Amino acid sequence: MKIEILGTGCPKCQRLEQNVRKALEESAKKAEIIKVTTVEEIISYGIMSTPALIIDGEVKVYGMVCSIEEIKEMLS
Amino acid sequence: MGLFYPLQWIADKLTYDLLSLAQNTRLAASLDFIIYDILKIFLLLVIMIFAVSYVRSYVTPEKTRKIIGGKKGLIFNFLASGLGVVTPFCSCSSVPLFIGFVEAGVPLGVTFSFLITSPLVNEAALAVLLAIFGVRLTLIYVIFGILIGVIGGYIIGLLKMENGVADFVYKIKSREFIEPKKNQSERLQYALSEVRQIFKKVWLYIIVGVVVGGIFHGYAPEGLLATYAGNKLWGVPIATIIGIPLYSNTLGMIPIIESLVAKGLPLGTALAFLMSVTALSLPEIIILKKVLKKKLIITFVAVTGIAIIITGYLFNLII
Repeated sequence: MKIEILGTGCPKCQRLEQNVRKALEESAKKAEIIKVTTVEEIISYGIMSTPALIIDGEVKVYGMVCSIEEIKEMLS
Repeated sequence: MGLFYPLQWIADKLTYDLLSLAQNTRLAASLDFIIYDILKIFLLLVIMIFAVSYVRSYVTPEKTRKIIGGKKGLIFNFLASGLGVVTPFCSCSSVPLFIGFVEAGVPLGVTFSFLITSPLVNEAALAVLLAIFGVRLTLIYVIFGILIGVIGGYIIGLLKMENGVADFVYKIKSREFIEPKKNQSERLQYALSEVRQIFKKVWLYIIVGVVVGGIFHGYAPEGLLATYAGNKLWGVPIATIIGIPLYSNTLGMIPIIESLVAKGLPLGTALAFLMSVTALSLPEIIILKKVLKKKLIITFVAVTGIAIIITGYLFNLII
């Protein structure tokens, strides 16, 4: 599984990353986490509102942080 | 203000019962007023942020740029300006939004309409304005905030300054993505988390602003500002220029400005100052330097500044 986290390092983006890591841990799943941090790269995904979460190329959420529970659901 | 009666009741209880200050003293009256104002601002802040954030979960910039991409005309300046009202007022988001709009083929002028109105009219500032200055002035502020964005953007569009955008911006290509589905509970949760986050960021500034304003109300002599700052000719441009380097929390500033108005500062001058602090802040300009060349930045500041000055004069004339 490939998880991409888009965000320039704002507090919200860091929270999203923490939630993703916790969700992975709690659901005992492994994934490659890629952090996309430059504005140019983020825009290339078509996204302007950060943070955003992309799982296996599919935009799951953007412009907001989602909870650990929500991420777990996305992972399954 | 029957609507806020419960808040007045709480303020009275706190002042006269809990702190047991004697009624009819200046201190008690001031404190009562300050507590009431803070409660009122907090309540309106929660309601406004919640409502606007909920709307925002539908009207995302990603969707909007698809709608207005590649289209010209004043109506799209209006649309972009309107979008600016519901998008967050954090200046950190202006660069990605700017690039995203340009990439989608949104004309430069339309993009600027968005960029000018977005910080100027935001839900948190509106909540505080509503609490401190009332409905009428808040509405006028919104209308002028949108008009400044529409007209300012339109003028920048006429100037054909596409070469004033940093070259790398035009090289960025973005792909399409499928809009993720959101259900009602996610939207409501998002709105709630926005309330929490913005509130956490601003509550202290608001308390400080209301207290300082309250002290000024109670102890500064009447008409203090009517002489120098009250000059209707020079006051407006000076207030606008002073406002540019000043970057402070606008929300805390509003109650202080209100107390200045009460001491004789003309309303148009106060409004110009407030708009200048919000729309033309130095940090915002520094951030925009990443995507704009110098001449376009200067044009942006000049056009917006002049629009604000005109607004201030109009106000001083009418009121």
